Amino acid sequence: MSAVPLPAYLMLALILFCIGLFGALTKRNAVIVLISIELMLNAVNINLVAFAKYSLNPGLTGQIFSLFTITVAAAEAAVGLAILIALYRNRKTVNVDEMDTMKR
Amino acid sequence: MLQMSWLIPLFPLLSFILLLLFRKSKSESTAWIGVLLTGISLVMSIGVFLAVWQGEGIKTEGTWFQMGERAITMGFEVNPLNALMLVIVSLVSFLVHLYSKGYMHGDDRFPVFFAYLGLFSFAMLGLVLSPNLLQLYMFWELVGLGSFLLIGFYYFKPEAKAAAKKAFVMTRIGDVGLFIGMVLLFWQVGSFEYDEIFASVKNGDLSSGMLTLTALCIFVGAVGKSGQLPLHTWLPDAMEGPTPVSALIHAATMVAAGVYLVAAMYPLFQASEAALTVVAVVGGLTAIFAASIGLMQKDIKRVLAYSTVSQLGYMMLALGASGYVAGIFHLTTHAFFKALLFLAAGSVIHAVHTQNIEEMGGLWKKLRITGPLFLIGALAISGVPLLSGFFSKDEILASTYADGKYGLFWLAVIAAFMTAFYMFRLFFIVFTGEARGETEKGVHESPGVMTFPMIVLGVLAVVAGYLNTTWFGTFLSDYLAQGAVELPHGDHHGPAWIPLVATLAAALGIALAYLIYQRGTLSRDWITRSLPSLSDVIYNKWYIDEGYDQTVVKGTRGLSKLGVLFDRYIVDGLVTAVTTGVQRLGRVGSRVQNGQVQSYGTAAIFGIVILLLIVALTGGYFS
Repeated sequence: MSAVPLPAYLMLALILFCIGLFGALTKRNAVIVLISIELMLNAVNINLVAFAKYSLNPGLTGQIFSLFTITVAAAEAAVGLAILIALYRNRKTVNVDEMDTMKR
Repeated sequence: MLQMSWLIPLFPLLSFILLLLFRKSKSESTAWIGVLLTGISLVMSIGVFLAVWQGEGIKTEGTWFQMGERAITMGFEVNPLNALMLVIVSLVSFLVHLYSKGYMHGDDRFPVFFAYLGLFSFAMLGLVLSPNLLQLYMFWELVGLGSFLLIGFYYFKPEAKAAAKKAFVMTRIGDVGLFIGMVLLFWQVGSFEYDEIFASVKNGDLSSGMLTLTALCIFVGAVGKSGQLPLHTWLPDAMEGPTPVSALIHAATMVAAGVYLVAAMYPLFQASEAALTVVAVVGGLTAIFAASIGLMQKDIKRVLAYSTVSQLGYMMLALGASGYVAGIFHLTTHAFFKALLFLAAGSVIHAVHTQNIEEMGGLWKKLRITGPLFLIGALAISGVPLLSGFFSKDEILASTYADGKYGLFWLAVIAAFMTAFYMFRLFFIVFTGEARGETEKGVHESPGVMTFPMIVLGVLAVVAGYLNTTWFGTFLSDYLAQGAVELPHGDHHGPAWIPLVATLAAALGIALAYLIYQRGTLSRDWITRSLPSLSDVIYNKWYIDEGYDQTVVKGTRGLSKLGVLFDRYIVDGLVTAVTTGVQRLGRVGSRVQNGQVQSYGTAAIFGIVILLLIVALTGGYFS
């Protein structure tokens, strides 16, 4: 089984991150924005795992760190969705454009 | 007595304060407060004068404040010159107070009028008692304030308001000159004291150019106050005030303050030949110039006003021609007969309720007291022998001649002729002939409270001349010689033909007026017809007011318009540019702050991309 080289992982992570970033900055639906954020976090996880295996001194630190990130991301997604639901109940919208209370 | 002379100005001040408290009062007995208190001042002034006559004098000063090494002092001084002024001022003030009791009868602001009179009397007496220039200057301005308030007493009349403002502004031009002169003297001498200034003038501490400059600056102040050419235009307009005010301020006292100032600073003027010449020339020109305008005026008070300007010119001419005594002498006699003339004119106005002489006539029979008194005043000012004006005018002519100013001498003689002519023109039109106009009905003589002051002044207008005559004794010049001023030496009694010439000029003037206005031998308008352009110019007061209007007033207006434009378009423009700039910037900034997290995020991403690009291109840390 031939090994997949490091640049391929990094490329995948980069593409994933860019897709996530693009989605987070341009999508109007708050749910999709949250999903895009998850994409970016997962791009980071791929990087962590890839470096854990292929860096100059491989170890478990990266993998453990990515487990932490997944946990925190799950918690974050739960909190984010809860806020979103509360917001929806108040404002009857999930449109990011209309969430501009920071301006006031 | 002399130690208490500082109290003299305080009585009118007390009257001012008391009457202000009673200003709402409708009772006309409030006038007695003013009359009584100025009466006390008069009695004290006479006491002081008698003491000074015996050769006494006093000067008391205390330090007001210290300025570095120089002490600024306040105090009072009594010397022969200002003791004489004290008597003149307090006497005329007292008589005018008394007269106003009758004249102002029925006025709504009766106590206020007397309060203002008190304020003015206080300021004038204080001015006279000042031992230094700074104190004089303060009272000088107070006198101007009093004059302003009294000219504008009928403030509901627009002319009176305008006249008050004009008087204030015109005299202020002169005051600036006086102030500059005062500051220059302080710079050069280090003191405002008359004595110290005279001492350094005597020691030759001042360069001759500086002497002339300071003397001329001070003379500018005198020109403004005394209505000399070219700042005379306020004085005729000041006649809008009540007539007693004209008698007190614009005939006898305040306008004489300029002459008094030159006399008080006389050693300074004596030290500069050029300054004396300027004083004499300005005086002489004013005398003939104002007299010529007086020939054609139709308002009884304006004729008298131009006459006052002309007579003040005489005084300046005398001072400029080294005739110190002559100038003071004429100041004294003029104060009496001109106050008399004004009060008599006031009595006429009181009777007929008009100031236009063309609406008067035949008043001699109706005003049995005012008429003869006016005649006495007219005879005195014309210089008819044996009356006061004759002696003082003769003295002026003699000293001008003795000083070698022959041109000015003849100007003065012509002015004397004009004086006699316009005074008797006035007399004949007002008092003789047929009654004209509707106002003549119900004309009656003024009450005793008005005629009494006139009678006193009438007596003085006759006898004041004997203060200084070559026949009985030169009391006045002996008296003034006691003062600090070193009188010019030498015989000032010119050739014996001078009194003859003066008398002849007066007689000619009276005869001409008689022929034209009484007998009608000469048509009234033969001069007007033969010299239409000249009489037009004279009738319009040489177009001086119009000239000032075209040049100074228009110039100032134009300048202020330019200033408005500058302010509106340049100063305001700058301000608007700054505000709009800030506003635009703010608007751009607020558009960035739209509350959208996504746009913030985009901006942050672009920011980090740019930073990364910089790092990549420069190889990190801007190395």
